[in-house]
This record gives sequence, C-alpha cells and structure tokens, in this order.
Amino acid sequence: MGRYILRRLLQMIPTLLAVAALIFLIFSVLPGSFAGTMTGGGRRALSPELVAQINAQFGLDKPLPVRFWDYLVRLAQFDLGTSFRTREPVVDLIAARIWPSLQLALSAMALAVTVGIPLGFLAAMRPGSLLDSITMIGAVSGLSMPQFWLGLLLMYVFALQLGWLPSFGYGDGRLRNLILPAIALGFAPLALLARTTRAGVLEVMGSDHIRTAMAKGTSPAQMIRWHVLRNVMVLIVTTLGLQIGSLLGQALVIEKLFSWPGLGSLMVDSVAIRDIPVVQGTILVIVLWFLVINVLVDVIYAVIDPRISLR
Amino acid sequence: MIMRATIGALLLAGTALCAPAAWAQDVQRGGTLNFTAPYGSSVGTLDITASAEVQTEIVAHAMHRSLYKWNPETGKPEPDLFTDVTISDDGLVYTYKLRDDAVFHNDKPFTADDVIYSYNRIATPATASPSANFISRIKGFEDVQGGSATEMSGLKKIDNHTLEITFTASQDPGFDLMQNYVPIYPSNVEGDTQATQPVGLGPFRFVEHVPGSRVSFERFEGFFGEDDQPYLDRLNILIMGEAAARDVAFRNQEIDVSVLGSQQYQEYQADPDLSKGLLEVAELFTRVVGFDTTKPPFDDKRVRQAVNYGIDKDLIIDRLVKGKAFPAVGFMPTTSPAFDPDAQGYAYDPEKAKALLEEAGHADGIDLPVIANQNESWGAPIVEAIIPMLAKANIRASVEPVENAVLEDRITAGNFTAFIWSLSSGPDPLNILRCFYSKTAQSACNYTKFSNPEVDKLYEAAQQERDEAKRNDLIRQADGIIREEAPYWFFNYNKAVMAHQPWVHGLRGNPQELAIQDYDKIWIDDTAPADRKPQ
Repeated sequence: MGRYILRRLLQMIPTLLAVAALIFLIFSVLPGSFAGTMTGGGRRALSPELVAQINAQFGLDKPLPVRFWDYLVRLAQFDLGTSFRTREPVVDLIAARIWPSLQLALSAMALAVTVGIPLGFLAAMRPGSLLDSITMIGAVSGLSMPQFWLGLLLMYVFALQLGWLPSFGYGDGRLRNLILPAIALGFAPLALLARTTRAGVLEVMGSDHIRTAMAKGTSPAQMIRWHVLRNVMVLIVTTLGLQIGSLLGQALVIEKLFSWPGLGSLMVDSVAIRDIPVVQGTILVIVLWFLVINVLVDVIYAVIDPRISLR
Repeated sequence: MIMRATIGALLLAGTALCAPAAWAQDVQRGGTLNFTAPYGSSVGTLDITASAEVQTEIVAHAMHRSLYKWNPETGKPEPDLFTDVTISDDGLVYTYKLRDDAVFHNDKPFTADDVIYSYNRIATPATASPSANFISRIKGFEDVQGGSATEMSGLKKIDNHTLEITFTASQDPGFDLMQNYVPIYPSNVEGDTQATQPVGLGPFRFVEHVPGSRVSFERFEGFFGEDDQPYLDRLNILIMGEAAARDVAFRNQEIDVSVLGSQQYQEYQADPDLSKGLLEVAELFTRVVGFDTTKPPFDDKRVRQAVNYGIDKDLIIDRLVKGKAFPAVGFMPTTSPAFDPDAQGYAYDPEKAKALLEEAGHADGIDLPVIANQNESWGAPIVEAIIPMLAKANIRASVEPVENAVLEDRITAGNFTAFIWSLSSGPDPLNILRCFYSKTAQSACNYTKFSNPEVDKLYEAAQQERDEAKRNDLIRQADGIIREEAPYWFFNYNKAVMAHQPWVHGLRGNPQELAIQDYDKIWIDDTAPADRKPQ
C-alpha cells in the first residue's frame, strides 16, 4: 500500500503542473491588469510611470514565455511568488487563511456526516414513512437551495430573531462563530449524503444476499452491521470524498457572506484586482487538497472492501 | 434651486450639525467601536503607501497621520503635523514648523527626518508606490523617479522641527499632502514592515489583523494634543463587503455603523427607528458616461450634447438609484468650491437631442456602445435604463458588461467608445480641472481625451493664481465650457449614506469619502451593548 500511495502522490505532480500552466495561461490572456486597478475605482489619476514601475517590479514587462519559465522555476522551489496587492509572499497569505478554511470545510463535513448518513439509513429502513418523506423533502431542498440564501436565512433566524449566535465574523475561531457558516456550507453535502445513503441502503436491502441472510434468521442489527453498512460504505465514501474535496473551493460564497477569512474569499478578491500570484496559489492549494482527498478515498476503499486491491 | 438648497441642508446635517449635536450631550470616554470596511472582503495591505484602495485607507486613518489634515466642515486642508508655515513670495518654498509633541507608536519622537524619510520612500521607484502622484510636485521628485538621485532635493531639514519643502508649482500642497495615502512613517522602522506591523502617529495603535475578518486597534495614549485625545478605548474595523450581511449585523447591533446601498437606503428611510440614525452627505464623486472625444461621431460636441438631452436622469435617480444621488449639472459637484450655483444642466428633451443629431449630420441615428461594470448606481443597470430613452432620440445605445478590473484597464488604455464610471471630482477643484487639460495623459485621468484651448488657458491661469477666490472663479469658467462641450453625460453626484446606532456620536459627513471617519472624534454612550459600552 505504501508504494501505491507514493505512486499516487507522484502522479499528482503532472496534474498540478498542468493546472498551474492552465491558470497561468488563462490569467495571461484575460483582460484587465493589476496596474489598471490603481485608479482606486476612478478616485485618482494613474500615471504611466507608475504602471511601468509596477510592471517592472513584478516582472510583468517580460515576455510571456520568460514569465512562464520564471513561474515554473519558482514553483519547483515551492515558491508561489509575491502578491501584487500586499507585496508579501503568497505562501504567507495562504498560510493565514488555510486553517480557517479547513475549520469551516471540516466542520461542514462533520455536520453532513453525523446527520446525513444516519438520516439516510433511517429513511431507507422505513421507506415511505413520514420520516422518509421529511428526509427526502429536506434533501431536495438542501440540494436546490442557494447557499447565499440559506446563509442569510440562518443569520436572520439565529442571529437577528433568536439572538443565539453572531451573524458574522471569525471571532478568533470560536465555535459560536463557526456554527452558522458551517451549517450553511454543510447543508448541501448533508442532503446529498442522506439521499445517497438512502438510495445505497435500499439497493443493498433489495439484493439476494440480504434476502438470504434474513432467511437464515440474521438479526436486523447484525444484518445492518455486516451486510448493509459494509456494502454501502463504498458509495458513501465516494460521495464523501468528492464533497470534502470540492468544499474548499465551494466555500467562497459562505466565506464572503459571513466575513470568514478563508481561501475562497482571498481568491475572489484577488481575481477582482488581478493579483495573479495569489489566484494561482489559492487555486493550486485547492486542487492539491482535492487530489490528496482522492488518494485517501482510494486507500479507504481498500480498507472497507477487501475485493478492491491497490496496485 | 430647491435641489441645491436640499443639498446644502444635507451637507449641514452631515457636517456642521452632526458633531455639535453630539457634543451637546456629555461626552463619554472608553468603550469599543465596531466600524465596518464595506468595500471588499479583505484589506490588501496595512501599508497604505502600497495601495490605492479605500478599504486600506479606512484602516490607515486610524493609525497614521499626514502633514496636513482634511477639514470636512471648511472643505479645506489644515495643519496637522505642523503648527506654522511660512510661504515664500513665489509660492514655491514652504517652511514648516513641525509639532514637537507628536510621538510614534514605537515611542520615537516625530522630527523632520521622518517626513523626509517618508516622502523619499514613496518617491523611490523600487517601492512602485501609487501614492507617488501626491508628492510629485516636490522638487527633485523626477530625479528620484528617474534614478539619478536617491533623495528629493526639495526636502531640507533646518532643524529637528523645522522643515523646508520646495515645490515645482505654486499650487497649494495641502490637498496632496493631507491624503491618507502619504502618511508620515517613523524613520527608524523598516518601511516594509509597515505592511504587517504598522507604526504611525495616529490616535490608535495597531493590535491585530485577522485577514479577511477584522483589524483591531487600541487607543494610543501618546497621541499628540491635549484636545485631540481619542475617546474610544478600542476600535475594531470589521471587513464586511456583503451588503446583506452588514444589514443583518447592523440590525442585530453587532456593528455600530454601516454604509448603505440604494436598496437599503430606501428600507432604512422607511423604518421609524433606523431612519433616525442616517448620516447623509453629497460626496465629491461625479457619475458619468464618458465619450472618446476623438472618435467619430463623438468628436462632435452636438452629438455629445444630444446624449445629454436624450436621458431623463431625474427619473433614473428616482426609480433606479432610489433617490441616493443628486442630478448632476456639470462635472464639478455642488460640494466643490468651484461649483457654479447659477449653472443650468441639460434638461430632458429628446426632440432637441434628435435635432442636434440631425444638425450634426446623423439623421439616421448613431450607435453608442458603453462598457460598464455591474455597479447598481453607475454600471450596466443604468445603461440598460437609458437605452429606451436614447432610442427616442435615435441613439442606439448598448451595454457591454465587463468586470471592474477590465473596465479600469480599458478606460485607462483608451480602449472604448463610451464608458460609465464614478469619478472623483474633489476636493481640490484645480486638481480636478487638470483632468480636462489637454497635456494631461489620457491614462492619467483625461479619459475622454478632452482638448479645448480655452480650458487649457484657464487651467494654466488658475495654476498661477494665488488668490483662492479668483482661482475658483477661473475654474468655474472652465467648468462652464466643459459643461457646454459635454465630454461626459453628466449623470449624478453621489449621495453617500451611513447608518449608525443611536449610541454612536461624533461621526462627520466627509464628502471625500463617508467611510473615512476621524475615529478620534467618535465616542459612544452607555446605551451601547454591554460588551462595547464605556465602563
């Protein structure tokens, strides 16, 4: 397994390089420049000298191939460059944002797992029941509801009306500040997990080996533990992996709404002002996160299903 | 006339009345103010000399001071870090007697060395500072920028508290040197560290920056001046770019002030409680559609005038901008000292617009493609609204929506037929007139490539004029010509609105930018929430 993991980790390198090249090229041809934003939105005159100085300082006056080569060389040295906007190393900016981002993403997933999977199981055990109907209505709502709107709704109810929780802010990472953004972010994966779990359990429950087990007199608890859970776990882990992987990138709406200092809001602000090194850095981190989660999911497959071997 | 009277009343309410009303109560010391920075979800850098963003300025104003300061009541710069100044007969040499009671947050006493260090640092090309424009009239600036010198020859230390600055033009340097973008940094601190550990002369000392969330400060006990001691113990500037989130937080009393958009303005006005805490001011911003005056058919002033006659701006301001703006008469706003109170703007007259087009040889009509961002008050929604109006005048307007960075890039590169934007129109009217001077580069604010010999002459004369009233008169004349030449469709002057909680006092209607407040003048009373009220 160790060799497999090493091989998968090495396979990430060309993927990351391809992503890096793509981001570089996209932002090189995209209209708009960092120097152009120095008018402060029409508030001040922009001198040609300043534009030349900014372009010289950040190497933007060099030909595209030279800039691309410089970028790759820096990347090979784990140097993500310097932010145009803050003039600080991009690594430092990302380091300051990565923990709040992970806090939010992992909390949202913890909520989705602890509520979504049991709900899906319970609904599947009693198909057509009131609980099943409520769960599925909730799941459809959760999947179709825009995050922004849900976030506002949560703010309105739990902050404004009930006064239980703060409506915004990081608050030094306190739990009470985390609850609302985590619910807003975690609701869609929760709904998806509940739906997936229900569908998976229903499928397994209808299979021949379950009928055989039931005919043999296996107790419901044993049947769920040994036959249903193990079979449905591959499906759940796949869904879970995809959701965790994409959550860092998806969080930007919630981060902006709740003034949560994560990677998503940093990326959006950086795109707006064409702070290209920061955009490249944040996207690379988000892609890296996705790839690492994928490797983990593959490893977990082998652990939960002996039929899957890792070579 | 009624409109102007209303603006005057608003300004009065925003500036003069606001503060005295607050002082009528017993001032209370202490407490924490939760202020908001509404222009984005982060503060780029804490070094204001490396930024052109208002978001950074909101933060910088708490901890830094410049040589001059802006007085929103008089609309003029006034001394801040100096007590006296002597001006040479030719108006080029200023000898400043600097304050001897000012101390930086790191306990370093303020001296002439700090001013020289700060200005030279901004001028150095290696810093690529967007603040450089503000010190470009100091003698020797060009040499430093060109690399032939490392220090500006126009900065001369006489003694620790006497500084001589030689300028290359006799224009009042106060408007430039009062900017928050040219703060005085301590000369014993490496400039680069200002981005993360800022040290200044301001009333509040930096405590913590949680990127994307907040910047926190505490009162600086060593702040200069007996009467200028800040009232608040702590100041949190909360980064909240999302208007809907600000609204909930304000109603939930988690924040003490909020800057309102047009939709919220209408809702707050309608609310009996919230409407009591609205601070309004006519800001020095003019919203316009700019034409490339060198490109046919917009090289003909009759065509440009036709666009001005072809739009019912009052209707747009009423319906779309929800009354959160004042109809523009010309470029200089009503709050500018160079505004002409007798000036008449373009009234809505589609027939006249059509006639002007025919007279210009465009009986078949013209196309007007406008690049615009998504701003609700001066972006694509406004262009969408003027399309049917202009159609009646045979002008086929269309909108090309672009991202803000693209808009700025295309405008400064001259890559447009027309654009819609919000442009600074103050506080220094002479500096604004420079944007209509034919020798000003297109990218450096002469966006419409405007060229008029009469305006050039008036600008040059105003530059030489030392008497303020006469200078403003010259600028007023130039503004009249610009109004007639119509390089822009003059849309509106922004009405900025700030909502504040009932326990907040001392806010001032700053027409430069309402979100920039003198935090040392603000105090809160004991009706504030328990975690923030004075103890």
